[in-house]
Amino acid sequence: MSSHNESILREPLMTGKGITYAQVTDDILLPVENKPNKAWWIGFIVAVCGAMLWVVSVGYTFWTGIGAWGLNKTVGWAWDITDFVWWVGIGHAGTLISAVLLIFRQNWRNSINRSAEAMTIFAVICAATYVVAHMGRPWLAYWIFPLPNQFGSLWVNFNSPLVWDAFAISTYFTVSLVFWYCGLLPDIATVRDRAEGLRKKIYSVLSFGWNGSVKSWQRFEIVSLILAGISTPLVLSVHTIVSMDFATSVIPGWHTTIFPPYFVAGAIFSGFAMVQTLLLILRKVMNFEHYITMFHIEAMNKIIMVTGSIVGVAYLTELFIAWYSGSEYEMYAFANRIAGPYAWAYWAMMTCNVISPQLFWFKKIRTSIPISWVLSIIVNIGMWFERFVIIVTSLHRDYLPSSWAMFYPTWVDVGIFVGSIGLFFTLFLLFLRFLPGIAIAEVKLLLKSSSLQHKTKLVQEGAFPDDQVEFFRESMKKYDSVTEEEINALRKK
Amino acid sequence: MSNTKYILGSFADPDEMMDGIDKLQANNISIYDCFTPMPIHGIEAKLGVRPSRLPIAAFCFGGLGLILGFSLLYFTMSYDWPMNIGGKPSMPLPNFVPVTFEVTILLCALGMVATFFFRNHLFPGRAPRVMDLRATDDRFIIAIDARDNADHTLIDNLLKEAGAVEVKYNERKYVSYE
Repeated sequence: MSSHNESILREPLMTGKGITYAQVTDDILLPVENKPNKAWWIGFIVAVCGAMLWVVSVGYTFWTGIGAWGLNKTVGWAWDITDFVWWVGIGHAGTLISAVLLIFRQNWRNSINRSAEAMTIFAVICAATYVVAHMGRPWLAYWIFPLPNQFGSLWVNFNSPLVWDAFAISTYFTVSLVFWYCGLLPDIATVRDRAEGLRKKIYSVLSFGWNGSVKSWQRFEIVSLILAGISTPLVLSVHTIVSMDFATSVIPGWHTTIFPPYFVAGAIFSGFAMVQTLLLILRKVMNFEHYITMFHIEAMNKIIMVTGSIVGVAYLTELFIAWYSGSEYEMYAFANRIAGPYAWAYWAMMTCNVISPQLFWFKKIRTSIPISWVLSIIVNIGMWFERFVIIVTSLHRDYLPSSWAMFYPTWVDVGIFVGSIGLFFTLFLLFLRFLPGIAIAEVKLLLKSSSLQHKTKLVQEGAFPDDQVEFFRESMKKYDSVTEEEINALRKK
Repeated sequence: MSNTKYILGSFADPDEMMDGIDKLQANNISIYDCFTPMPIHGIEAKLGVRPSRLPIAAFCFGGLGLILGFSLLYFTMSYDWPMNIGGKPSMPLPNFVPVTFEVTILLCALGMVATFFFRNHLFPGRAPRVMDLRATDDRFIIAIDARDNADHTLIDNLLKEAGAVEVKYNERKYVSYE
């Protein structure tokens, strides 16, 4: 039933007074149905400049070859793969929110899943461009797939994790896109039925003719559930396979069995940090404070804290095993990380990823919007350094000291990285402009069960014992979208 | 009222709509369909809509993916061009797991969604069969075939009694063809 009563001890997922179904639609479609505001335009122009830098840098790479990058014969992978893994990792939170939290029936996902899934898709697009670019001859990129060919029907080597990766990333992108678009259909239909003229025609085509009948909703829910069920192992497999790109090679510092779980935890960690970075701005600029509430922010901070701790344990385990294995090459690789020429990168990673998320043990910090935002950026920086440390420090001291080298990025390396952030934000801002940034239908489900308004009504009717109400009133104080007056209204009449 | 094709009960609240369904069914009035802006849990059981068989389709497509994925690997690696890589077996099963898994997931997802679109007649450019434009916004609509159920006054009364904000008598089935 849409209006079952949940415990008063659960914090509301939706705040605001006098919210109706129509109000939910109006609020969420405000940015889609109106001309964008100044903040959107400023953000968009900056992002497009970044995207143009990306076009120039990638175009230059394609024209001159990957000699345009700072790679040398010792460090053959550097910023390209660092950025690739960084983006793929960021992509993981979207699927985690939409799939894993759906299976666990975590209703707070309803208000953030849409934008997180969009983020996944755009992050995977950014990641895929690095794979293509670092092949050197991108026009031959299709060679990674097992196509019948003229070379005596020579097939790709399916023993190689790089081939697994091509399959994993393309499957992940396709399934995420399908999942996202299926979820969008009812919301596009909402936009369609409120629009006029050409807009109506365009959204009508995009809506695939959705009408919201009983049978469509029934199948819609089944499809969502099964997609969630198969996306969960998929998302774990993707970063596992990414980590195997490293773990199956015999480079000290890479050749470890801890890599798959360690990479998956790191991916969720960085993904949630990116979701936090985006949503904290989004809720302010788009006036979504009543839908993306303090509960969501705190819940995401808790996940960042947990996954950050897992990553911290993984770092320490790596160090311990390097010593415990007795392998002098492994020990040297880690001694070199801690105290070698890239020690600054290692300690930047340690500080950003292990120490800073521990601050979230404090409720004051967890529920402070500015601090959460800054910490989410710090985590993103730390996770970039993690990949840089893993890739470059393991490679730069080759087996022969005569081959030792340092890596210095060129403007093209920097341009592609900064540019890809521009590309990501360009796509994300276009998404917010043309498609509903919050899943309207799913948020409507919360109105009669988990909204503050509904809970207030029940409290006033005297449906809950006083001590529970007192607890609830206390928990409302951290919400920035709830006024003093609304808290005081939480009393039996 | 002889031209009326469909009677639409428009509710502002899902629970009132469910109540409306109960009231209509108690009076042996058949319901054509309901259109809602969000999924309503328990409505299928009430309207006697059978459980979806999409999970079966998903399982079959997944199985197909498993077979195709494994066949691809077996054909390329072990049958068509077996390579001697350091004397290792030409059918390394553990190495076949990742790609077989990915192909299974891919086919399962695409096949299931394609079946969903096919069965629900969803495709880009399809003219939306919408009976009430607010059904995707804030109204919960019960549609009743006016020709099968002759007593329109009774339907009107039952719907209003259940809390319908509006009762419409539509002479055309869909409003969205313009």
